[in-house]
Formats: sequence, C-alpha cells, structure tokens
Amino acid sequence: MQSTGLTIISALDALTGALFLLTALGVVGTRQVLASLQLFIVQSVLLAASALLLGIALGSPHLLAVAAITIATKTFLIPWVLRHTVSAEVYRTREIGRVLNVPASLLVAALLVVLAYAVAYPLVEAVPRPFTNINLPLGIAAIFLGAFTIVVRREAVPQLLGLLAVENGVFFAGIAIVPNLPVIAELAAAVDVPVIALVVGLLTRRIYTRLGTTSVGRLATLREH
Amino acid sequence: MYDLAAVVLVPLFAGTLCWSPIGRRYAAPVTVLAAAFILIFAVRVASASALGERIDAMDGWLTCDGLGALILVLVALVGFSAAIFSWGYLGHHSARRQRVYYVLFNLFMMSMLTVPVMANVALMWIAVELTTLLSAFLVGYEDTPEALEAAWKYVILTTLGAVLALLGFLILYWGSQLAGYVPFTWMSLVQVAPQMPPALLLPAFLFVLVGFGTKVGLVPLHTWLPDAHSQAPAPICALLSGVETTTVLYVILRLFPIVGQAPGLDARPWFVGFGLLSVAIASLLLITVRDFKRLFAYSTVEHMGIILLAAGLGGAEAHLAATYQLTAHAIAKSFCFLAAGVVVMATRTQDMNSIRGLSRSSPLAALAIVGGAFVIAGAPPFAVFVAEFGILKAGLTQGQYLVMGLLALFIVIAFCAIMFHMTRMAFGAPEQTERRHRIPRLCRVALAVAAIPLVVIGLYVPSRLHDLLIIAASAMG
Repeated sequence: MQSTGLTIISALDALTGALFLLTALGVVGTRQVLASLQLFIVQSVLLAASALLLGIALGSPHLLAVAAITIATKTFLIPWVLRHTVSAEVYRTREIGRVLNVPASLLVAALLVVLAYAVAYPLVEAVPRPFTNINLPLGIAAIFLGAFTIVVRREAVPQLLGLLAVENGVFFAGIAIVPNLPVIAELAAAVDVPVIALVVGLLTRRIYTRLGTTSVGRLATLREH
Repeated sequence: MYDLAAVVLVPLFAGTLCWSPIGRRYAAPVTVLAAAFILIFAVRVASASALGERIDAMDGWLTCDGLGALILVLVALVGFSAAIFSWGYLGHHSARRQRVYYVLFNLFMMSMLTVPVMANVALMWIAVELTTLLSAFLVGYEDTPEALEAAWKYVILTTLGAVLALLGFLILYWGSQLAGYVPFTWMSLVQVAPQMPPALLLPAFLFVLVGFGTKVGLVPLHTWLPDAHSQAPAPICALLSGVETTTVLYVILRLFPIVGQAPGLDARPWFVGFGLLSVAIASLLLITVRDFKRLFAYSTVEHMGIILLAAGLGGAEAHLAATYQLTAHAIAKSFCFLAAGVVVMATRTQDMNSIRGLSRSSPLAALAIVGGAFVIAGAPPFAVFVAEFGILKAGLTQGQYLVMGLLALFIVIAFCAIMFHMTRMAFGAPEQTERRHRIPRLCRVALAVAAIPLVVIGLYVPSRLHDLLIIAASAMG
C-alpha cells in the first residue's frame, strides 16, 4: 500500500517535472514579452506542485512551507512587482531581433537538456534517494535553459525571467536533495527572489525612461577598442 | 561578544537613519561617523581573533575566526575612506539623490560585513546576493547610458552566478547531511568533509567556483567587471574593486580545506588553473585599455587571479602570502580608485589618451594616481611587491617552476603596461591649460586617510597584523 502510494506520487512528480521542463523551453522560445511572464508563473506553480507532492511523500512540513512560499512570492508578488515597476509598453514589445533564431535556439536547448542529465547522473547514482532521479536532472536542465535564455534574449524582461527560471531550477532540484533545509534559509531565499525582481524591474524602468528602449542586449558601448 | 554584533548593526542603523526624516539632512556625516565606529569595532574583533580565538555573537548566529576578521577589517578600512570621499564627491548633487546614495552605501557596507561573520552558510549566501542587489543602483548612480548598461550587466551576470553557486551550496548541504545531522556552518563542513561522497563534493565545488567566480571576476567570467568598476562613482569603485571582490573570493577560499579533505579530490589544480588564466588574460588586456578606471579594473582581475593561484599552491607559506596579497590589494586598489576619482574631477575625462602633463596641471591628482599605480603594479618596497615575492618564493620551493615562471612573466607585463599608461598621463606637456577644476577638500582628506595604511603596511607589518595573517592563513587548511 505504502509503495503503491509512493509510485503514484513518483509518477505525478515525473509528470510535473516534464511540464516544468516544457515551460523552461517555452521561455527560450516565445517572442512575446508577456507570454514569457505567463510561462514563468505556470513554471512556479509546477515547482510548488512538486514541492507539495514531495512534502506528502516524505512527510516533510518544510516542503509544504516551500510550496506555500513559492505560490505567494512567485505567482502573486513577482508579477505584482513587475507590473508596478516595468511600464505596460514593455509588455507589449515583441522581440524584433534575437541573437539566435527560434529553431536553432530550441536545438541548442535540447542539447542542454542532454547535458543536464549527464551532469546530474553521477550524483543520482552516488546517493540513491527518492525523487532525486526526477528532480535533480530536470532542475539542472531548467538552470541551463534559463542561463541560455539570458544569452539569446535581448529584451530586459525576458532576461530577468530567464534569471528567475534558473532560480526555479535550483529550487526544483533543491526540494529533492535537501528536503530538510532550515526554514530560515528558505524564508530568506523567498525574500531574496522578489527583491531581485524589484531591483531589476526598477533598473529596467530607469533604462526605458533614459534610453527609450529595453533592448538591453543591444547596449554595447562599453568594450575594449 | 558585542563588538561583532555592532559591526553588522551599526551600518544597518546608519542606513535607516539616513532614510529617516531626522537623519537625511546629515546623511554624509552620519555615514562617516558610522564608518568610523565600524572600523573601531572591526579592529577590536580582529585583535581578539589575532590571538586565535573564535568569536560568537547573537546566540551563535554570527561567528568570526581569523580569516573572517581579516575581511571585516579590510571592508571597514576601505569603507571609512570611501565614506569621507563620498562626502566631498557628492557635494553638488541634489539632497534626494544623496539620500538614496547614502542609504544604499550603508546597506551595501552591511551586506559585505555580514558575509564573513554569518555562521549559517545558506544565510551567508543571502548576504553575498544582497551585496549585488544593494550596490546595483550605486553602480548606475551617474545615470548615464553607460552607467545603466554597466549596472544591468552587473546585476544580471553576478546574480546568475550567485544562483548557480546556490545549487553548489545545496549539494554541499546534501553531502553534509549524509554524515548525520550537522549544522550548516563552515566549521562543521570542514569536519564532515572526509565522509562526504566525492561525487557530490566535486560538482558542489565547481558550481560555487564558477558561480561566485563570476562575481570575483575570474576569466572568462569577468566581462561585466571592467564595465561596472569603471562606471560607478569613485568611492563605490573603491568598495567594489577593493573589497567586494575580496569578500566573495573569501567564500571560494573557504572551500579549499573542505575539498582538500575528500579522498581523491584536489582543489589545487582548479585554483591554480583559473588563477593563472585570469592573470594572463588580464595582464594582456592591461596593454590595450584606454580608460584608466578600466585599467585598474583589469588589475583587479589580475590580482584576484594571483590570490587564487597562491591559495591553490597549498602549504602554510603560500597561504600566508595569499592573505598578505589579499590585504595589500584591498588597501592599494581602493586608494587607486579614489585617486582615479580625483583625476576625473580634475580633468573631467577617463580617457588616458586625452590626458597629458597631469603632473603640471594637477600635481596632487598626478601624485596620487601615479603613486597608487606604482604600488598596485607591484613596485618594491611596498606590500604588493612583498606579497608577490612571497608567492613566487613559496611556489619555487614547491618546485612549480613552469607556473611560477608564467606568473612572474605576466606580473612583469602588467607592471610595464600600468606604468607605461601612467607615465604618459603624468608627464609631457599639458594639452590645455585653461581648464582647471578644484578638488574638494574632503576628497583630499579621504586620499590622505587611505594613504596611511598603504604606506604603513608597505614599510612594515605590525606584529598584531602579522599574527592575524597567520591565523587567517591557517583557516585555509
């Protein structure tokens, strides 16, 4: 009975993980600024869902707290902060040029997912633990994809969302490998993420009012001649 | 112990005061006063640590050993001269802008002072993260397109690095928990390191090295550094280049004894490799720069590489040289950036090609920047030279002839590049004589204050400081 319950939860977690990876790929691929924000919110809900599933399976109240904190900060607070700092103009933007076109980006993204499995595999193998085999590689994949998003996107808000996707990836892996992280650390991290959004949001507004663009990828006056 | 708690609480209190309606009119003197108190408390903590004690405060939330105390003193020392300099530098700015500046200045100080004393490693990570977030608007303070571009790169890249490092720390915690429940502190991590599976420890180490290496400015993760360190106001540059990089490098150095204890793992090749690469690329880029603040920024990349390399050599002698170099760099580089600020005030440009004959048009500025450059480039008999000599000597005793030969070569290239640019700026006929700008008196005072430790540790190392350096070096295992 116990083991069937665990199998079902494992299957559900794997499903959540698959959807989590899809949202990370989506942030790499979308051209609309607003769509990447919506994808980020969906991704955060999936992170919370995974924390909830693991919390039930491992009987860890910490993870239930993580789920609650994630929902509160990432699906409510961050979109609220961004709406109040970044102007509506920015959300209506479509990216005109990217560093790499969409098909090529997705191809690189696929390779990054394979690489994530290669990185995570020795760790999963060294210390067998429930859910690590699902959450660790997918978390690392989201980290790589988020970092890749920052590299290929030129708009300010998608770059920020890439950064937040990396952060989501770290937590997606973290809930499986350290389900007993002290709550104080989780609380601090929960405060940290909206502050990142606030600082970067305010900076985006400053850049928009001062330079009339949020295409930060095109800013390149500072370099060696 | 109250001194340790005071070091963290004074800047927090000062920041709040600068923000409050009562204190905002006196934001500059409040900040200078706070910096003076921080320095007194930090020196008290350090002189207790120099005896080999570990100091705890706030029910064990804060803890400090020799290496932590060394970082505290350096941050406090640079913070004090930067606070005085800010007072003179921002004199003509509007009250509102000054208030924002001083609130962030104090909070930025607090975040840097928290890193070496936070007992819990996860909370220490938050403190590192805060150093970026609190200084972002200080980097972009000038509000020019260039400053905003620099601030953007700074925030995005260093935060990305910090988040990568967070995964490293989570894996580290995972490994430590396999050895039974232990608190997540540096001390217990060193204790349980031999029981941690190397398959976890190695990726954890690499995530932190790459993640925080971005914030330290290790090549090839350094691209944002010359931008941020050249666009920020001079006193902020002194903090960023002098101590913020050092504070984060301190975290990387903490990993050295942890990784060193695991069977079959060795941190040394990574430290030496990353260090040498940074020294090499930075010394070559030093030849091509045109902007003298970027020159000092690349010199920071070079010095971070030297310190990392020295730590990676291993052994008490090399580690002592590494802590000495860390101290010498923080003091000399912050002085260089304050001097650069004075030159910018005198000439209104950062372009080295358009400055000639500075020694005639503005003798004080010329003396400061050439003197600072002389020290930072590693001219004898000053501290940077003594430390670099110590590193080379330690390396040669270990038989690392190739690495030491390359290190010496790149140090010489960097020395020649810096001195070439500086002499061109300082001597020759001034191009225009009509434009002479006055340097505020407080900026001159700040330069004099920053010059005191520069000259003192250049000529002799006080015995208490020597004890502290030895204790600090022993923390690297």
